[in-house]
Amino acid sequence: MKYLDEYRDPGLARLLLAEIARTASRRWTIMEICGGQTHSIMRNGIDQLLPDVIELVHGPGCPVCVTPLETIDRALAIASMQGVIFTSFGDMLRVPGSSDDLFTVRSRGGDVRMVYSPLEALALARRHPDREVVFFAVGFETTAPANAMAVRQAAREGIGNFSVLCSQVMVPPAMRAILSSSDNRVQGFLAAGHVCAVTGYAEYEPICREFLVPVVPTGFEPVDLLAGILKTVELLEEGRAEVVNRYGRVVSREGNPLAQETLARVFEVADRQWRGIGMIARSGLQLRPEFSRFDASLRFDVGHIRTGESPLCQSGLVLQGHLKPDACPVFGKECTPQHPLGATMVSSEGACSAYYRYHRNPDLT
Amino acid sequence: MCLAIPGKLIGVTEENGLKMGTVDVNGTKTRACLEYVPDIVPGQYTIVHAGFALKIIDEAEAAESLKLWHELIESGAFDPGEEPPSSGDF
Repeated sequence: MKYLDEYRDPGLARLLLAEIARTASRRWTIMEICGGQTHSIMRNGIDQLLPDVIELVHGPGCPVCVTPLETIDRALAIASMQGVIFTSFGDMLRVPGSSDDLFTVRSRGGDVRMVYSPLEALALARRHPDREVVFFAVGFETTAPANAMAVRQAAREGIGNFSVLCSQVMVPPAMRAILSSSDNRVQGFLAAGHVCAVTGYAEYEPICREFLVPVVPTGFEPVDLLAGILKTVELLEEGRAEVVNRYGRVVSREGNPLAQETLARVFEVADRQWRGIGMIARSGLQLRPEFSRFDASLRFDVGHIRTGESPLCQSGLVLQGHLKPDACPVFGKECTPQHPLGATMVSSEGACSAYYRYHRNPDLT
Repeated sequence: MCLAIPGKLIGVTEENGLKMGTVDVNGTKTRACLEYVPDIVPGQYTIVHAGFALKIIDEAEAAESLKLWHELIESGAFDPGEEPPSSGDF
């Protein structure tokens, strides 16, 4: 497959690994922001092939993992309502709320459907004018333009039975929060390539200057990731805090202006809670007032929500790079993909899920 | 969730006023909204995420960076048959 196979070439991967080993003269700690990249790193064994002096820590770039528990519980309450078709990306269905998940709601008779695109949810609303169709709009900047277009299209067509439950977050405020933490260890970042496809990478330049860290947008295939790690190590060794793009076939400095324009027309920046992490100022996107009629959290009264997080789950520390999943006392024991205590264990981008799936727990192998 | 897959645009349609297309992803045909890449033409590659084409893949850039890597291998700077470095190298 073009644009995949070339970037899985073992010869190129070995070349890059050798270059990384040759270039690194001391220990460096690099965070990959995106959970999709974490999974690719684990799946391809990159963490084990890198020299010991390079430590990868896994970032908060898993939208499912950072969606607040209160929002999940709200989703469960709405999905349980009569007359509602609740739609979501598949990743969200098994994420534990305070007591249930969306699969459980479905097993009790709730009409919960998996979709691949918010436009599919909109199509359901067209087909079922007598039902309320709700889409669980979670995601980072990569997904926000899709969600924005669905809302904009619903407004254009006057589709009144469509709404979205929003939990949209942005990468740069999370990077700032990590770098501002008193116990931060991260010295350089691999920036999420598909977020940058939308936003471009100009907004990372002030972060480089302010916190003196290099930032390297990169892709998801092994060669992409290794090229990104190599460039980050080179920049660290040279003491250069700048953005250098290593995903040129997809990422440009300016990103996708049309996607940014639609996103800005439908959403506005807002403070946002991150599950396990807490409030990060101006880190989320919410519907602008002129689109608030599509806000499911306003449309459906679910009463007071009382959340209850598992006291054993340490996903907040995992999401900030402070704790490796296999160092969590309940990893693979009380907490498994079958019985997850936190979202990081079930999401296809969750770090705990990656460690479990690719057997990074010595007790399990 | 931010995974986006590369595929080749093979057809363009319009639905409900939106520019849509069919993208061949490794032999599987998938539908994608093309509103964010309105200049794309069949035969070009794009990445698709959540049913939306987000970027036309820059083929020249991709070819150039791959060529550079392969030139490095061919220059003998590295023996591709060599085992990956171990931590013992340090």
